[in-house]
Amino acid sequence: MSTDKVDRRVDHSFHFESSIHEHESGKQGVWLFMATEVMMFGALFTAYFMYRGKYFESWVEGGALLDWKMGAINTVVLLFSSFTMALAVRETQLGNNKKALKLVVVTTICAFAFLVIKYFEYSGKIHHGLFPSEAMWNYDAQTSNLRLFMVVYFIMTGLHGIHILIGIVLMFWLMKRLKNEEFSKDYYTAVEGVGLYWHIVDLIWIYLFPLMYLI
Amino acid sequence: MSDHHVMPFKTNLIIFLSLIFLTVLTVYTAKFVDLGTGNIILAMFIATIKISLVLAYFMHLKGDDNMNKVIIFSSFCFIALLAGICYSDLFFR
Amino acid sequence: MSAPGENYINWEKGIWSWLSTIDHKRIALMYFYTILGFFVLGGFFAIMLRTELFTAEAMFMNGNEYNRAMTLHGSLMVFMVIVPGIPALLGNFALPLMIGAKDVAFPKLNLLSWYLLIGGAFIALLSLFWGGVDTGWTFYTPYSSKSADAVTLVVFGAFIMGLSSIVTGLNFLVTIHKLRAPGMTMMRMPLFVWSLYATAIMQVLASPVLGITLLLIVAERVFGVGIFDPNLGGDPVLFQHFFWFYSHPAVYIMIVPAFGVVSEVIATFSQKTIFGYKAIAFSSLAIAFISFLVWGHHMFVSGQSDLAASIFSILTMLVGVPTAIKLFNWIATLYKGQISLDTPMIWTLCLMSNFTIGGVTGLFLAAFATDVHLHDTYFIVAHFHYTMLGGALTGLFSGLYYWFPKMTGRKYHEMQGRIAAIIVFIGFNATFIPQFIMGSQGMPRRYHTYDGIFAPYHMASTIGSYILAFGFLFAIYILIRDMFKGEKTDEKNPWGGTTLEWTTQTPPIHTNFEETPIVTGSPYEYR
Repeated sequence: MSTDKVDRRVDHSFHFESSIHEHESGKQGVWLFMATEVMMFGALFTAYFMYRGKYFESWVEGGALLDWKMGAINTVVLLFSSFTMALAVRETQLGNNKKALKLVVVTTICAFAFLVIKYFEYSGKIHHGLFPSEAMWNYDAQTSNLRLFMVVYFIMTGLHGIHILIGIVLMFWLMKRLKNEEFSKDYYTAVEGVGLYWHIVDLIWIYLFPLMYLI
Repeated sequence: MSDHHVMPFKTNLIIFLSLIFLTVLTVYTAKFVDLGTGNIILAMFIATIKISLVLAYFMHLKGDDNMNKVIIFSSFCFIALLAGICYSDLFFR
Repeated sequence: MSAPGENYINWEKGIWSWLSTIDHKRIALMYFYTILGFFVLGGFFAIMLRTELFTAEAMFMNGNEYNRAMTLHGSLMVFMVIVPGIPALLGNFALPLMIGAKDVAFPKLNLLSWYLLIGGAFIALLSLFWGGVDTGWTFYTPYSSKSADAVTLVVFGAFIMGLSSIVTGLNFLVTIHKLRAPGMTMMRMPLFVWSLYATAIMQVLASPVLGITLLLIVAERVFGVGIFDPNLGGDPVLFQHFFWFYSHPAVYIMIVPAFGVVSEVIATFSQKTIFGYKAIAFSSLAIAFISFLVWGHHMFVSGQSDLAASIFSILTMLVGVPTAIKLFNWIATLYKGQISLDTPMIWTLCLMSNFTIGGVTGLFLAAFATDVHLHDTYFIVAHFHYTMLGGALTGLFSGLYYWFPKMTGRKYHEMQGRIAAIIVFIGFNATFIPQFIMGSQGMPRRYHTYDGIFAPYHMASTIGSYILAFGFLFAIYILIRDMFKGEKTDEKNPWGGTTLEWTTQTPPIHTNFEETPIVTGSPYEYR
């Protein structure tokens, strides 16, 4: 029956002609999904640029309040995790489920490290009264629209952080499947797919870091 | 996938190290070199080079099906459209 | 191989076999009930509004209640009926069959799309228990951030429904790219498939922007962080830019598939090759592209710059051209064709008439100068009902009656079908022509009371709306009744169509084709 689980190491789903056909289709699906992520974050980047143009002094004040060293460390952590993820895909392509598993574990640890650093950043801001809701804002701003900068900062880095969390969930899913040796030279679509997702998350941070921390 | 290109470890490493170098460059020029408005333009330019490396190599776009390139490239174009029109609206009011 | 008499409906039984199905045809049937159910509910709110408006004084709703009914009518119709509408219902059923595929590219994602739609709708409709929402379906800030009603529920529900749309679009794009039968090049695809292709591009690129915009309203309401809050220096007009960046392409997401249905029905019921295949195919893509360049025409009086307004005005004029190209090609197809006025054809001809009026009245609104006077009047209301109801929804019913025999293995009552279509046409025009007139005389939209001089128009419109409602209820009744009680048929090609779905068994087997078809010619080779 066509709804039975297909072992894609040796077979392909009924509506595709071959494993390669299925793999390439799956990949295109992931790229389309990545396009939607670009559109979603792109709108936020638009808002960032519009308000930056209007309230430049507040953007400078806000940028100075962010710890660029923590941001830079997070950038390196994320780039390294992209590296290990790319290697994990490579190992799966070579049929090495076990090595790939180790690399995915390292990637996940990096993701956690990113979130931990983020946690310290956020709690520092909140402690200084810089969380921009009516209830929690308690900061003596030098410029008139600092609060708006903090709104943009928390929304953009917050949404990005949620995507890191989703990435971690996907990593655990991969770890389970890699442990069961569910992938092979001929079937590694899921690993490559999660890899693409993870690289997009990295990509967004590559733009976010200089725009927030290095003004 | 016997015809699928497997990226050598060395290529991955070189790309990673290039990304790190470009990050250092971004931070250095932003923090220690004053170019006025040029700073943000330079930072965005370097960031674009970085994402091009990630897209081409880590994400295997180089040598991949052209449609995937069209897909991701067009999303950037449409965002440029949204940003461009909104921005110009704000500054011509 | 399938047993004789076995088809996609009867080969598996039980409700769980439906709720867990990954068969695009069964998913289409589930969408059928969901979407028509939401349509009737949205129509109920419309009748409430029109009844209230029969007299200038308040009848049974005060201003607040009116605003809530109006918002729910709009939100329901846009997000739960017309946006999913043709792609999710007819597209899901017909697309794989028309390209010779066994299913869509990602069957499980397809099921997820359906669950996202009903899940999002459920969340949005929960707002009814909290007194509803009064912002209008457009949720403009700052009111939507501050309004005490259950805005968060409706907005979050709309977000989830947007995900449904994105997933469907993504699925269809990969399906069309990768699953066409051997020999079916892009230039041999049926025009309905081209329309779904153009629609899917818009769904994938535009919907995420709406998604984030809705999430930003939720963030403002729940966490107090307002990116559009004017108190912080935020820009409410930026909300409108983001909202309409999606919502303008959205109206083309709504109408382009209907145009696809028209192309199929015109060709089949004129028994003639469609005139200008390439022009129609490329015009769908042109509409998809230009649709992203015109959103500011919703914002001529919102405070955007004159420069932006002028650019949007010119580009909006441009977007009418590809549609006009389609219309002329359809008329050329009809010319000297062997025309049969069966129900699908009647709906389609009504669409052509309605949409011409809808499209042409759009030109008054594209011109910046006249729009300033017509914005937020009943002229706008009539314009978008001509395009969305008279266009998109009429296309949905045309397609439903067209593919009905293939989907169900039964015949609907032809004479009753024709009568229902004509009643709808009469009721529809009776409802909305008075609205053009009073709109041009200044009657504002979204008002629950009005100056007495507009009373005759409102009364006429309300009477028309009752005829319209009756017509639609009758049309839906015929479909549902005959789905179970209509005369059974196993005729593969009752209409004499030339596209691949008419070569399959009626109703199709679970895997659509016993053997993958091989395509050797264009899709409309008649005689």
